[in-house]
Amino acid sequence: MTLDYFFVLIFFLSLIFLILRLWTRNSKKYTRSKDKDPASVLMVAGSGGHTREILSLATTLGKHYSPRYYIVAETDSVSEAKIHYCEKQRGGDDVPQEYQIFTIPRSREVKQSYLTSILTTCRASLSSFPLVFKLQPDVILCNGPGTCIPICFAGLLLKWFSVKDTYIVYVESFCRVTSMSLSGKLLYRFVDAFFVQWPELAEKYPGAKYMGPVVS
Amino acid sequence: MGKTIFVTVGTTQFDSLIKKITSEEALETLAALGYSQLTAQIGRGEYEPSESTSRTNGHPAVSVSWFRLKASIEDDIAASDLVVSHAGAGSVMDCLGLGKPVLVVVNEELMGNHQTELAHKLAKDGHLHFCGVKDLVVSLKSLDWSCLTPFPPGEPAKVARFLDSALGFV
Repeated sequence: MTLDYFFVLIFFLSLIFLILRLWTRNSKKYTRSKDKDPASVLMVAGSGGHTREILSLATTLGKHYSPRYYIVAETDSVSEAKIHYCEKQRGGDDVPQEYQIFTIPRSREVKQSYLTSILTTCRASLSSFPLVFKLQPDVILCNGPGTCIPICFAGLLLKWFSVKDTYIVYVESFCRVTSMSLSGKLLYRFVDAFFVQWPELAEKYPGAKYMGPVVS
Repeated sequence: MGKTIFVTVGTTQFDSLIKKITSEEALETLAALGYSQLTAQIGRGEYEPSESTSRTNGHPAVSVSWFRLKASIEDDIAASDLVVSHAGAGSVMDCLGLGKPVLVVVNEELMGNHQTELAHKLAKDGHLHFCGVKDLVVSLKSLDWSCLTPFPPGEPAKVARFLDSALGFV
């Protein structure tokens, strides 16, 4: 009987500890130097339009976001070429441009059925988790290809286990006007900042930030 | 020198569009509308249009050329008078960004087809026209391009500024 009480006590103590941890982390305010303390950022390029959108965002990030890690699907050589092209355009800065491209298996090919998608998503997760744990980025930036689901959850694990306070930003794709993508629905409640680009979607998801279209 | 039409399907495959736009019926319509050059970006499609020049009744013929993928199709869009595009957001944004009139052709075969959302919205707001593969030729004949208004570019710098302040960069 006393043992039961003991466990209940332990349970509540750890709960209080966890709440305190989360609370103090959220309320902490600090400043960061652009020169001395750059932030590493991991960006998930999907294919086609997703890549275009993420690169549109990437090119406006200052040089204090370094190194920049890009994740592309294995079968997507076009996205890789686009990333190299955009990174070259950045040139002109004095510091050497630090970026790296990693490939992981696709979660879903266009036109693939939902059932086999589950299997391929598992395969994609297996290679994205170790990658995120290894890189431990300061920021994860993504815009909704299936690949970003395991990447973001790996980032959440880093946070929950207090390994790294990774800031996760999700920008719902420009093509989502009235309905949220599956990735968006899954990640909406968990990420640190969630952007939508159309007022129709902002109305349905009041927790999302809306500042008009943010990709060009 | 006649006008140029550029057809793009992005990184996907959209054989039914490529077949339709290079069909005799479509090429005749284009010739009648004053087009002399059709360039098609066919992505991963299986159907390869013949590069021959079409025969038409009385109008100068339309010459057809195609390629699969390029790092950037910006030059092709810039050089064209009209773009026929799949509904992919990237291609649509490329065209709107360059101020080109766009006819978006919706691919009904895609799963979940959320792409139509964007085409519907942008058409409703008067920035582009859209149609299905079946009514492509009719649309080319009848659509009014002068009523379209430019779409203001998005502002990615807003996200960068937000991130700067969230991370405490000063």
